[in-house]
Amino acid sequence: MDGHDRVFDDRTPGVEHEELTANFLSYTAGLGLAILATIASFVVSQTNLLWAPGIPVGLVVLAFAQIGVHLVFFLHLGSGPDHTNNILALAFGVLIVFLVITGSIWIIANLHANMMPMSVNIPR
Amino acid sequence: MTIATIDAVPAHLARGRGGGGPAPKRVVVAYGFWIFILSDFVLFSGLFAAYAVLSGNTAGGPTGAELFNLRNVFIETMCLLFSSYTCGLGALSAERRQPARFLILAAFTFVLGAAFLAIEASEFAGMVSKGAGPGRSGFLSSFFTLVGTHGVHVTGGLIWLIYLVAQVIVKGLRPAVLRRLLCWSLFWHALDIVWVGVFTLVYLMGDFR
Repeated sequence: MDGHDRVFDDRTPGVEHEELTANFLSYTAGLGLAILATIASFVVSQTNLLWAPGIPVGLVVLAFAQIGVHLVFFLHLGSGPDHTNNILALAFGVLIVFLVITGSIWIIANLHANMMPMSVNIPR
Repeated sequence: MTIATIDAVPAHLARGRGGGGPAPKRVVVAYGFWIFILSDFVLFSGLFAAYAVLSGNTAGGPTGAELFNLRNVFIETMCLLFSSYTCGLGALSAERRQPARFLILAAFTFVLGAAFLAIEASEFAGMVSKGAGPGRSGFLSSFFTLVGTHGVHVTGGLIWLIYLVAQVIVKGLRPAVLRRLLCWSLFWHALDIVWVGVFTLVYLMGDFR
C-alpha cells in the first residue's frame, strides 16, 4: 500500500504505530527515564543537594516529568493530529484534577486561617 | 490546524471524523476506556486533595516521618515500574500474536504487582499494630484512604489480569481479547501514574518535612 491510500484513523492511547523494534525501544527508554526520575526524587528528598525550601518544588517538577515520561513512552500519547481526541480528553481531565486539588487546598487553608483559636474556651 | 490537516486527507480515507464511516471498534473501545481512566484520575484527585489538607493533622499521633520506611517505598515503586514495563512488552507480544511470550510477560507483571501489594499490606499491618490505624488521626485516615484506594485498584488489576490470561489460553489472541488486553494495559499504566503522585506527595514530602 503506498502512503497516499493510508486510512487516517484516530489513534488510541497505549498503542504505537511504528516499527516493532522501535516499539520495544520506546518501552525500554521509558523505563530508563522513569527509573532516573524516581531515583532523582528519592535522592533530592533525602539529601541536601537542593536548597531545603526548594525541595518540594523539585519533587513536584520531577513527578510531573515522570508522569510525562509515562504518558509518552508507556501510553504512547503524541502530539499528532490523530491524537487530538485523546489529548483533548486528557487536557479536560487535567483541568478537573487541578480545580479539585488547588480549590480544596485554597478553601480549606482559608477556613483554617479564619478559624477561632482552639485554646479559647467556649462556654457551653 | 487540525481542520487543515484533515482537509488534506480525502474524505473517504479519514474515518471517524464524519467521512469514511465510523472509527474501528478498537479505537472506539480504547477511547472510551481512556475517558474512564481520566475519571479515575478525578476520583484520585479528591483523595489527593483530602490528604494534602489533612496531612498536618496528626492529633498528637505519629507523623509520616516516624512511620514511613522509604527503602520499602522505593522497592514498591520499582516493582510497579517494572510491572508497567513487562505489561507494555506483554501487550506488544499480544499484538504480534505471540501467546507464549505474552503469558511469560503476564506472569512477570502479576508477580511484580503481587510483590507491590505484599509490601504495602505488611506496611499497613505494621502501622495498625503500632496503634497508627486509620482511626488515629485525620492524617492517617486520609493516608489509608488514598494509598488503600490505589492498592484496591492494583488488586482489581491483578484479578482482571488472571481473567484475561484465562481468556487468552481458552480463546486465543482474537480481536475481542486483544481489545480487552489493550484496556487492561491502559489501566495498569494509569495506576503507575497515580503511584508517582502517591510516592511524591505522601512518602517523599511526608518524610523530609
